[in-house]
Amino acid sequence: MKKFGKLVVLLMLVAIFSTACGAAETPVAPAETAGPFKVAVVTPSAINDLAFSQSMYDALVTIQGEMGEDNFQFVISDSMFVVDDAAAAIRDYASEDYDLILAHGSQYGSALKEIAPDFPETSFAWGTAGDTFDIPNIFAYEAFSQEGGYVSGVLAAALTKSNVIGVVGPVEVGDAKLYVDGFVAGVKATKPDVTVNVNYTGSFSDVAMASEAAQTHIGAGADVMSGSAQMVVGAVGVAKEKGVLWFGTQADQASLAPDIVVACQVYDWTVVVRDIISLVQEGTLGGKAYALSLENKGLVMSYNPGYDLPADIKAQGEAAAKGIVDGTVTIGVGGK
Amino acid sequence: MRISWSSIFDALLPLIATLAALAVGAVMLILLGANPLVAYGALLEGAFGSMNAVADTIVKATPLLLVGIGICIAFRAGVINIGGEGQMILGGLSSIALGLAYPDAPGIVMIPVALLVGFIAGGIWGGIPGYLKARFNVNEILSTIMLNVIAIQLMNLLLRGPLIQPDQKGAAAIPQTARLSAAFDLPRLVPTRLHLGALIAVLLAVGVYFFLWRTTIGYRIRAVGLNASASLYAGIKVKRYIVLSLMLSGAFSGLAGAVQVYGVNHFMITDGSAASFTGSAGFNGIVAALFGQLHPIGTIPASFLFGALLVGANKLQRVVQVPAALITALNGLVVVFVVSSEIFRRKNARRRAIKVLEEKLTNTPKDDSPQPEGGG
Amino acid sequence: MEDLFTGSVLIGLLASAIRLATPYLYAAIGETFGQRSGVLNLGVDGIMLMGAFSGFYVVFKTGDLVGGVLLAALVGLLMGLAMAFISVTLNAEQGISGIGVYLFGLGMSDLLFQKLINNVQTVSGFPVAPIPILSKIPVLGPILFTQNVLVYGAYLLVPIAWFVLNKTTLGLKIRAVGENPEAADTLGVSVAKVRYFTVTLGGVLSGIAGASLSIALLNVFQFNLTNGLGFIAIALVYFGGWRPTWVLMGSLIFSFVNALQIWVQVVGIPIPSDIAVMTPYILTIVVLVISAQRVRPPSALSKAYERLE
Repeated sequence: MKKFGKLVVLLMLVAIFSTACGAAETPVAPAETAGPFKVAVVTPSAINDLAFSQSMYDALVTIQGEMGEDNFQFVISDSMFVVDDAAAAIRDYASEDYDLILAHGSQYGSALKEIAPDFPETSFAWGTAGDTFDIPNIFAYEAFSQEGGYVSGVLAAALTKSNVIGVVGPVEVGDAKLYVDGFVAGVKATKPDVTVNVNYTGSFSDVAMASEAAQTHIGAGADVMSGSAQMVVGAVGVAKEKGVLWFGTQADQASLAPDIVVACQVYDWTVVVRDIISLVQEGTLGGKAYALSLENKGLVMSYNPGYDLPADIKAQGEAAAKGIVDGTVTIGVGGK
Repeated sequence: MRISWSSIFDALLPLIATLAALAVGAVMLILLGANPLVAYGALLEGAFGSMNAVADTIVKATPLLLVGIGICIAFRAGVINIGGEGQMILGGLSSIALGLAYPDAPGIVMIPVALLVGFIAGGIWGGIPGYLKARFNVNEILSTIMLNVIAIQLMNLLLRGPLIQPDQKGAAAIPQTARLSAAFDLPRLVPTRLHLGALIAVLLAVGVYFFLWRTTIGYRIRAVGLNASASLYAGIKVKRYIVLSLMLSGAFSGLAGAVQVYGVNHFMITDGSAASFTGSAGFNGIVAALFGQLHPIGTIPASFLFGALLVGANKLQRVVQVPAALITALNGLVVVFVVSSEIFRRKNARRRAIKVLEEKLTNTPKDDSPQPEGGG
Repeated sequence: MEDLFTGSVLIGLLASAIRLATPYLYAAIGETFGQRSGVLNLGVDGIMLMGAFSGFYVVFKTGDLVGGVLLAALVGLLMGLAMAFISVTLNAEQGISGIGVYLFGLGMSDLLFQKLINNVQTVSGFPVAPIPILSKIPVLGPILFTQNVLVYGAYLLVPIAWFVLNKTTLGLKIRAVGENPEAADTLGVSVAKVRYFTVTLGGVLSGIAGASLSIALLNVFQFNLTNGLGFIAIALVYFGGWRPTWVLMGSLIFSFVNALQIWVQVVGIPIPSDIAVMTPYILTIVVLVISAQRVRPPSALSKAYERLE
């Protein structure tokens, strides 16, 4: 058997060397200022996840609509949750003539730090994160998701009749934790004696767990709930069934349950991407850190028209939002 | 060396089956509006099209080979180890914890020690199902599945807790470790991503071959796998060798995890899944071992082929812009086709055996081999 | 903290457990049949995902719940048939071919979802159907008799499976084929036919398990909806020692502890979330260790069988 293994290896080597010798390296074309602005995106989850990846995909589609397909083109590699596959993808896209590479996942930072210096003519943007590593061709972007979380928390506290609120989180880190902490802060600032129960399911995709967590929260008396990550659809489904109110984040989840979704904090990445594009076109390839916030309209509180939110409560929420923007309200969580 | 056409066919069988699977994939590509020729051209380019591509292929194949070597040992002992994912995670966690604890240690000391630690940690994580099976008759399929999930949660706990990068404090903390000291990077073999781990894996494959076929322990492991009751009767402590095989199998997966950390990623991060760290090598390694006929040497070309497929498929996705889900489905098809093609190998082997028997009985050589001049 | 563990809490937990256990039950009972006849099918999760999508698609497009279950069952049947073909006729290595089927189902279900529906949305799945009279019984009523139809189906499956395996000729054939296919063959039992039946049945039940998620319990479809549930179901077959009643016990214990750890987090007991999530998995092993069962697997499990012509 060993002999045939060797034979196979031999054939393999022959195949490799003939292909390697025959294949021409794709020449790296110089960035054309006249041609379309080309973007390549790498994201860790599916572009239809109604959360993180979809928010960026939607933003790029919007920008393409604004700039026109002749002026703006993008390609995307989604579901790149294997870190070294994503690194290979980023490097591969960089070696082709893309103007901007969007590494849309906090796990890609380490790879970017090594790859970006090798491609000084290409611009890289990394999110969600605040660190550009002092590398001149890296932009960083994050979301102050605690802000919308806070506003939702204020509204939730005002709306709850049972004085129990439930939150379903994925893994206790990053963007999700920021949101949850902001939400809890908003609730406590409005009605300190409301009980907020929080659980983390340990994964971003366990829909069944999220669903069961929602059932448990409701069993514990919650009549308002919130949560983060793509698994949250499970929780929304249960909320819909039980008539419990829902606050969402990252994307507009009103379509999931038009009767009970009150408001969602929508991430509008176009604010960031538009600025990056114009900077790159002017020749600045990096060095700036962005944050989506209520102030720059990167975070937008999207109120569900299908839910009849009493005007005075909505006013409370908007006051909180205004307070965050002008600095009179301190959330106590995350950066500003 | 007698090469018969049927033997050549046997060796190329996984390749032929892969091509058949890709043919089915071509239909799917067409339905998705992609050009299969462009797509598969991209696959080949991604896997073999440049020095960097080949390096990437080998880097992808390395954990497959390491896991596969361990699987060879386990399967030969008659046990199934589907705990590779969890064992890789443990190997990664333990080895990086050591590296982070002693960032100023010399690389020449830290690297082998860290890899050894990963090997041992994986061995423990594989040994637990082994022990549970031997002592309490807990089926290893159950315990390895459970331990896989437990390993993920352990990873979450450690990476957002004690092992987290110091400047990640605060609410928005990314659950990742600091980058290991550059001195701990596995040396590169060529100026590409190709790292020493690949060479280590190949050497270990050869080593395990000798272990299984040239040592008493190896002999006993294989005996247990072929016929446990006969081995017991012959005085072999079957339970002990089952535990040992699972331990070794886990150890190699653990080493795969450590090699990934020290050779490729240089840090660890979690998103709540195993595959983001392992790339599903814990499962794909099983496939590679099977492609290699459960023989450590055969697993070398098998992992290379599989690694090429995985790397090439990602390139395919980028060039033709099909959903990543297609690549996963294609991965599954290849596995199914190659595994199914075994029947032809068996039929071939039987035909060859019958032919040999006939020759012996009638004393006349009957063969279809391309004989060199002057006869064999 | 005093009313942390009241009666109503316990009832809530038990009702959660009954609900959570449903997909595990369908898949595990199906796998039990297959394994009892000697075939290991590791592709259960992939078949579940395909069934989940199929059922969801029908309900999404037409609102027809029964049609959804039927399509899910049909898709499961086809995939089960394919698995049977691979494992029985082609005699391929069962563990690996199962993983191939899993990967295929995982990718294909998402691909179809992206191309045919693409947006994550909810549907109106099977509603809760309280059983008249019985659902009014205190304690047991809300737990057992106030669930949806697919939940009831899963539990009815257990005694049916027990009966078929232990009290019918078919069951006898299945067990014989799993223990000693050569002997069964000489007695005139077609090993291939029996295995085709059990593995295909396993596929049907896995498909329905997937539908129970997408159109009954969660009412949504998403990439990797099952999140590895199928593998746990397979593990539960081993836990249950290949006996339907014990598979039921295993599913319930596992689901109860899962419901419990969610509860523990929700009420704020300070256990790190990761440890809480681990507990059902650790506990499953611990229970097995303590009960130290001496059950042997079917002797022919995952060994290829060939009729020597």
